Amino acid sequence: MTMTVHVDIVSAEKEIFSGLAEMVFAPAELGEVGISPRHAPLISRLKPGEVRVKGTDKEIFSFYVSGGMLEIQPHLITILADTAIRAKDIDEAAAIEAKARAEEALADKSGKIDYAVAQAQLQEAVMQLRTLDRLRKRGG
Amino acid sequence: MAVGKEIRSKIGSIKNTQKITRAMEMVAASKMRKTKDRMLATRPYSKKIGQIIKHLAQANPEYKHSFLVERQVKRVGIIVISSDRGLCGGLNSNLFRKTLSQIIQWDNANIEVDVCTIGTKAFGFFGNLKANLVGHVSKLGDTPHQHDIIGIIKVMLDAYADGKIDELHVVSNEFVNTMTQKPTVEKLLPVVAGELDENLNGHWDYIYEPDAKEVLDHLLTRYIESIVYQGLVENNACEQAARMVAMKSASDNAGNIISELQLIYNKARQAAITQEISEIVAGAAAV
Repeated sequence: MTMTVHVDIVSAEKEIFSGLAEMVFAPAELGEVGISPRHAPLISRLKPGEVRVKGTDKEIFSFYVSGGMLEIQPHLITILADTAIRAKDIDEAAAIEAKARAEEALADKSGKIDYAVAQAQLQEAVMQLRTLDRLRKRGG
Repeated sequence: MAVGKEIRSKIGSIKNTQKITRAMEMVAASKMRKTKDRMLATRPYSKKIGQIIKHLAQANPEYKHSFLVERQVKRVGIIVISSDRGLCGGLNSNLFRKTLSQIIQWDNANIEVDVCTIGTKAFGFFGNLKANLVGHVSKLGDTPHQHDIIGIIKVMLDAYADGKIDELHVVSNEFVNTMTQKPTVEKLLPVVAGELDENLNGHWDYIYEPDAKEVLDHLLTRYIESIVYQGLVENNACEQAARMVAMKSASDNAGNIISELQLIYNKARQAAITQEISEIVAGAAAV
């Protein structure tokens, strides 16, 4: 019997593959790696590319990953795939955007307070009208 | 007959409200199923990455990452995950109450708090509170993606790396079951590895490619992101469940009010008829 290793490929949003394999190929950061069962423990980043899993019946499954992490234990290979292409400057831009959104919305809060004040005033006016109405009915 | 016109129009308007709440209940029920599936779909990733972090904690890396080191706490960061919309019972207010009691505890210990908010409700609440807001994201819809929340996490992670904050927590609702949602505060940084795996003991280490620092950096960032993302999808499922329950009780209440009003209406109508008959009889007797 040939040796096999358990492979899990997951992304943050769903599970992609889980099963036994004879060999796994992945685009590690320092070049493509082929992993056989009982490989030494290794952790590496992945580049965008193709992950190929050679299943137990010689079938080859192929998945595209846009980067991620590869963890190897002697009897377990885990691939954590990213859901989108990530780069330092893209992350940076996202962070700046999040900050800007908070500041912008905070600056906009004056408008919200006005809205609340207006609502309170409207409420008051309605109550006054209703009281007037009641007084008129009683009088008439 | 002109009896009880007001009552009839009132009944009509409550019936309309009931129609709306019933429709909302059904929409929430079907959305809940989908959001729950999505919540379950994210579990494998967070479980796997949790395992790797645990393995790492047992390995003997030559490099100690700042995310793993405890330091004295002077300022903490929290990420609050709330819903975008209301009409979901006490879901958000319970969460905010829990957050506030935590903030007050920190306040008593002279620890300052930076807040990042996900969802308009949290933003409105903490904005009014004049909390120190450092990041915000909202309107992620029913299918949030991981890249939607990268920004605010990066804000917090940078603050931690620069030493501006000494701890990072995430506050969100935990989905216990359809009827119960539990607000929880979870500590993200410094990373706590959890209990260790017996099988892996011994003196060993990973081969790191390209090197330990970069790999750990990358992995820990992903780890935090996955926990926050998990919280987000879980909160979504909670929102739909809470809305379903709230709308169900609203529909039931509307039904009760309608039947009470109907009773009053019938009594008034009967009284009017009786009165009319007695007037006619009295008139006939007088002739």
